[in-house]
Order: sequence, then structure tokens, then C-alpha cells
Amino acid sequence: MSQMDLPPYATPGQRLWHYTFKLICGLIFFFLIAPILVIIPLSFNALDFFTFTPGMLAFDPEAYSLKHYRDFFNSPDWQQALANSIRIAPSATILSVVLGTLAAVGLSQDHVPFRRTIMAILISPMIVPLIISAAGMYFFYARIGLQGTYLGVVLAHAALGIPFVIITVTATLVGFDRSLTRASASLGAGPLRTFFKVQMPLILPGVISGGLFAFITSFDEVVVVLFVGSANQKTLPWQMFIGLREQISPTILAVATVLVAVSILLLTAVELLRRRSERLRGLSPG
Amino acid sequence: MTAATDNGFVVFDRVQKSYDGETLVVKDLNLSIGKGEFLTMLGPSGSGKTTCLMMLAGFETATHGEILLDGKPINNIPPHKRGIGMVFQNYALFPHMTVAENLAFPLEVRKFGKSEREEKVQRALEMVQMGAFGGRRPAQLSGGQQQRIALARALVFEPDLVLMDEPLGALDKQLREHMQFEITRLAHNLGITTVYVTHDQTEALTMSDRVAVFNDGRIQQLDAPDVLYEQPVNSFVAQFIGENNTLMGTVKEIENGVALVELDDGEVIDAKPVNVKKPGDRTLVSIRPERVEINKDRLSPNAHLIHAEVLEFIYMGDIYRTRLRVAGNEDFVIKTRNAPDQRRMKPGEHIEIGWLPEDCRALDAPA
Repeated sequence: MSQMDLPPYATPGQRLWHYTFKLICGLIFFFLIAPILVIIPLSFNALDFFTFTPGMLAFDPEAYSLKHYRDFFNSPDWQQALANSIRIAPSATILSVVLGTLAAVGLSQDHVPFRRTIMAILISPMIVPLIISAAGMYFFYARIGLQGTYLGVVLAHAALGIPFVIITVTATLVGFDRSLTRASASLGAGPLRTFFKVQMPLILPGVISGGLFAFITSFDEVVVVLFVGSANQKTLPWQMFIGLREQISPTILAVATVLVAVSILLLTAVELLRRRSERLRGLSPG
Repeated sequence: MTAATDNGFVVFDRVQKSYDGETLVVKDLNLSIGKGEFLTMLGPSGSGKTTCLMMLAGFETATHGEILLDGKPINNIPPHKRGIGMVFQNYALFPHMTVAENLAFPLEVRKFGKSEREEKVQRALEMVQMGAFGGRRPAQLSGGQQQRIALARALVFEPDLVLMDEPLGALDKQLREHMQFEITRLAHNLGITTVYVTHDQTEALTMSDRVAVFNDGRIQQLDAPDVLYEQPVNSFVAQFIGENNTLMGTVKEIENGVALVELDDGEVIDAKPVNVKKPGDRTLVSIRPERVEINKDRLSPNAHLIHAEVLEFIYMGDIYRTRLRVAGNEDFVIKTRNAPDQRRMKPGEHIEIGWLPEDCRALDAPA
């Protein structure tokens, strides 16, 4: 924090800017976080309203309840959506991580022809508007019988997740010392052992971050799944979308709170994992 | 010569290497390295020495020719099956493994049992005096310590051949000299064949059994260090190895193995003809600073003496270094030992210098 403090020689103008700057930063954080924070108390609303009731504002215990959470856990619709999300997101993540990592490792090699072009094509799902990808996938998957199947949704989500993995892993590979793979070979290790014992542990932070992005992409994706999936593959975001449009039930606030909690847990776990492997990598002191 | 016919442990037989298909980085390399020999590839950057090492290790493929290891061609054997130990310029220790895990890596690949692994690792660590460091990570070690670990890792699986790619480049002078000694000692004690690449000529001279001087993709001279230093076969080697005084001239006559060379300012000196053929040839005459004689009594009575003017005198402790103007060359340096009877010359002084004809070598004049 000491660098944030004003030096003693600061002019009044600099002082003014210093505090204005802090205010702007605070406002930005407020703007980003307030909508998320507000839903947490609202989800404990005892009534079916999306606003704070007078009872809630008076901190009347009667005005709070776990009603909407019970709804979430007892409704077959929500439970099916949860089950679908839990089936689809991890599968898509694993697929994205495996394929994305392989692609990044392959494309980091100098001798691969048209590396930039291939990279651009693989990353395009991130740049092309989602609705266009979704429409394209819909027609393509319908033709080959993947439309309305779990496999179809998983493949579609993997395609969206792969660019994140490629980008994070490629960034880690930039700092990867190629002489390590040579050293490994000179010590007698074949390409597979070199990959798993030498290269993989060192690029793991990038793989983990990429995997996290891929998971989140699939977990809160609604456009593509609406096109490619059918009612059987209804995911949590899809159900929330329906809930908002058709039922207007505050259950979605309870779901949102659960998802926020899960996201925070996931982010923390992954960050700890990443720090640990970065420490193992010898990048930061242990 | 075709190296394939002799029975060296490592043989390069008419090897060529080109990266772009046009220019040859290595041109027709023939080299035979004996078992247990310490051979250094010495040369400026871009001379092809590292490419040769990489071809031997298997990280580059020869465009033409054959490389043989223990009599067997290895061009089609991938690097991990060659069983050659290698020490890299930047050490290339695995940062995510401890020192002991780094050393155990090649043993795991070779499926040694746990107890045997631990024993070999410990022995290798003690060999480089790092016995207590097995639990550390490479990032917790100094450069010199990392270098020792890299060396131990290359030796722990007991390869017959070890390659070293400028392994001491990143160390400070004192540590470098110490490691030079240690590497040579280890290599000789273990009887390993070593191919060492460096651009540091002192390193090459002090460590090697033989030195191959590379330039322009070719071996210019392959000899023991003393021969290389005292009898360079061409002007590149003479100028690359050690400090050297050069004078340009023309051969006047060659008789009984002695060439009479007329320097460009008209003075005449004796020299040993090395690669000049006939009177009239342009030549670069090369004399080592410590072989220049200022005491006439030590030379034969009919030796040609040459006039010199003292420009600068530098006291360096064990030796005196005196810069002279000789035949128009203002960078003519002589080194004299600091002895009680040694003269300390003053700038402006005029003296006569000479040398034994065999110390003054008439070489090709570089284009």
C-alpha cells in the first residue's frame, strides 16, 4: 500500500487527482459487483418478489426464508437442469483441455507450416459472434444427427472452450525452455515421457487456467445450447432463462447465489492449485 | 581421408549440414575421436561447432555423410536412444524436480530399482561434491552449483560419451577455472569420452587431449593443445589461438626449411615456412609474444635482427608486456618474464629484436 500513498511533495492538483482516481476505481468495482451482491440477500426473500420487502429492510426474521432454495432443490425441472449442467460442463472442459493443450504444444513448434493460419481458425469461435456459431452448428449438427444430443452439446461447448485453453497454454509455452525437452531426450526419455514428466508439469498453470475458462464458458453458456440442444439437454442457464421469461420466480435468485458461491469456490481452488504448480515450477520462491 | 575406415569411438564421415538447402554450415567434416579422449571443438560463433555437437546428440540431422558411434551408424537413431550424456549451456535442469529427482530421471527411464537409484544418485552427487543438496530445487542453487548438478545428471547413467555445449559460459572467471579442472579430472577418472564445445581458447587449451579448431564449417586444425599453440598450420589458427604478432611480407627464398621473408618495409627476417610454397608468395608471419628475444646473446650469430621502437611498457606482475613498433606494425607485443636481471624498457627506446626461426611461422596471407 505504501506506493499508493501520496509522496510529501505532491502538489494540490496531484492530491486532487489521487483521490479522484481512488473514487473512480471504487465506482468501477461497485458497478461490477453490486448487481451480484444484491441478489444474495434477495434470494432469501420469504415472498415471491424480486425487490426488498419492507420486512426485509426492517431485518424482520419472518421476512427471510430458504423457500426459494427449497424450490430449487425440490423442483424436477431445476434438478434436471443442474444434472445436465454437471454432465455437460466437465465433459466439455476435459475435451477442451486435452485438444487445446495438444494444439498449443503442436503450434508452438517452429517446423509446423501455416501455424498462424491454423491458430486463427482454432481461435475463431471466440471472435465470431456466438449467435452465428450457434446457427452454423445447428444446421451442421442437424445434418449429421448430432442436434439434440448430449454429445452435440458437449462438442459445441468444447469448440467454444478450446480457444481459451490454446491461448493460456500458448502463453505459458512462451516461457518454456526448449532445452528442457532436449535434456529429457538426452537422458533417455521418449517423447511421451518427456511430455508428461517434463513439459506438462511446467505448463500446468496455463492448462488449469484454460480449463477453468472452458468450464465457465460451458457452465453459463445459453445461446449455443438453445440451438444445438433439445429439452433433454436443458442446462442451468437455459432453465434460468426460461424462469425469467415464463415463471418470473425468485428461485432463479437462489440458483444464482448457489452458482456465485460455486464459482468463488472453484476460482479459489484453481488459483491455489495454480500457485502451487507455479511454485513447483520454480518461478516463485517456495 | 575416409574416417569410416579407422576405428574411432566417434566418427564423423564426410558429414555435411545445411539448414536452408543452399549454404553449408558444416562442410565435409571428417573427425575420429578415440575412446576416453577429451576432444574440444573450438571456434568463433557460426563456425559449425555447435551444429556438429547437435548432430552427434541427435537434435540435428546430417544433410550428408554418416556419424558412427562405437562403429555403428547413428543417423537413424533418435536422441533418446543414443545413450549420450549431455551438459547444456543453460544447464537445463528440470525446475519442478528436486536435485535428487533430476538425477534419478535418467535412472527411472532405464528402470533401475528404487534402492539402486538412490545409491547411484548419492554417488553422483558426492562425485561433484554436492552430497548434501539432493533435496533442494534448482532455483535454490547458485550458478556453479547448478552446473555441478547438470554434470552429475549427465554422468549418473554412466554413458560412454558425454557432450558439453559451452557449459561454463555463464560462470565467473574464478569458478570457471575451478570447474575446468574438475570436469577434466572427472572425465579422466571415469574414462569417459568427452566432446566439449567452446569459443574460449584458454578453456580448450587447458582441458583437452585434442582440439579441433573450427572456422567456416571446416576443421582448420586438429591437434594437441601444445602443437596447436606452437605450430599453427594456417593464419586463422595462429590468430584465433593465443596472443600473436603478425607481420606481412613476401617470401624471398626457401632453403633448408628456412624461409627468408622480406617485410613490407624492406627488412628481412628468418621464418619457418608452413604453408607458403615458393619465393614471391605473400605471407603472414606469426610470432608469439613470449618467443621474441631481446637478448642477442641467446640467438645464433647469423640470426636476422630487426629494429623496434618501444611504445609502451606495462608492468603486469609476473610478466612485463611491452608494445613495440616493428616494421610499421604498432601492435607488436612482447612478453618478458619478471626476473631480477630483466630489462624494463622505456617508451621511445630503440632496440633490436630477433627470434629462433622455428618460432616465427610464415603462413598463408589471408585474403
